[in-house]
Amino acid sequence: MNNVVYPELARRIRANEPTALVVVVDGPHTGATLLVSPDHPALGTLGDDELTRVAARDALGELEAGRTSTRNYGPRGQITPEDLADSPAVRVFIESFAPPPHMMIFGAVDFTSALARAAKLLGYRVTVCDARTVFATRRRFPMADDIMVAWPDEAFTKHGASLGASDAVCILTHDPKFDVPAIQGALRSSVGYIGVMGSRKTHAKRLERLVEVGVSPVDLARVMSPIGLDIGARTPEETAISICAEIIARRTGRAAQSLSATTGAIH
Amino acid sequence: MGGGSMRELLDDLDRWRNAGKRCVIGRVVGIEGSGPRDPGAAMAVNEDGEVVGSVSGGCVEGAVVAEALDMLREQSAAKVVTFGYSDDEAFAVGLTCGGTIHLFLQELS
Repeated sequence: MNNVVYPELARRIRANEPTALVVVVDGPHTGATLLVSPDHPALGTLGDDELTRVAARDALGELEAGRTSTRNYGPRGQITPEDLADSPAVRVFIESFAPPPHMMIFGAVDFTSALARAAKLLGYRVTVCDARTVFATRRRFPMADDIMVAWPDEAFTKHGASLGASDAVCILTHDPKFDVPAIQGALRSSVGYIGVMGSRKTHAKRLERLVEVGVSPVDLARVMSPIGLDIGARTPEETAISICAEIIARRTGRAAQSLSATTGAIH
Repeated sequence: MGGGSMRELLDDLDRWRNAGKRCVIGRVVGIEGSGPRDPGAAMAVNEDGEVVGSVSGGCVEGAVVAEALDMLREQSAAKVVTFGYSDDEAFAVGLTCGGTIHLFLQELS
């Protein structure tokens, strides 16, 4: 790290601006350093223009997810196994300076367990919330970072103010006495994703209830229900993938088709 | 995370830089098996042997200080050093938890 990157890194960390520090830990330019943030051009170089471009792009993705990781590239930023096979790898360490995104899951059901696991895979801090003591247990959700036996109001009193664009609220309860206050609580926050499980019929009834309690059409448009992408998911695990894929697609603004059916840039 | 991430080193690093002290930053870049600290844990050592932060909960810090002072003396390039039971290098230092820890050491220039 040099006297250009370090002071800027220190400034961004102190200002709580999300930033990722990228350093070559093994390769032709070991020690070369790059600093990336969503709101600034990349600062520094990894010694090769294409490697710098590819690693900066990946680092922004890691930063959005709040992840710290090591990645391997070819010396010119190659990422496919075929390209890497002939070249010595460049190992790059990406450290994200941002709090991990938070997923709050309401309802301690079978789908919750699978969704919590998928969310952990993606680097979320996971809170499971249910008012029923017998269901909201550590034994049932060992992967969750936090388990709350509480009604939605209490959960949002605790976490609502800290929820932002990279966070998610997933409501899986199927029970209007729990769903409606959970949706209202989520809508009062700035959370980036709100998804609610239920059939189309359940969803239609729920919409009526929400309108009755005074939720505006603009707010209703923030609620993704039925939850998830249309990939034909049936099991809790498949549904978890469908939900996580929808969260990613909403964040990136993509229409979620197969890449083989489209022609634009992949990232 | 507490106890030593880059964020917690900044004040000391700035103080050292302002005083013209050379220093090495050591950051955890990889863990195998059970490691006490996650990637991103960091410590720093200046040319006077002053130390801030931690990378392991005490198991390898002494060896990191020795290595950092060597690097400053010899003006060595940045490098990865590995501590742990699978280690077959010169570092006769292990983690009590039995894991392996990879640290990236680099002078802050």
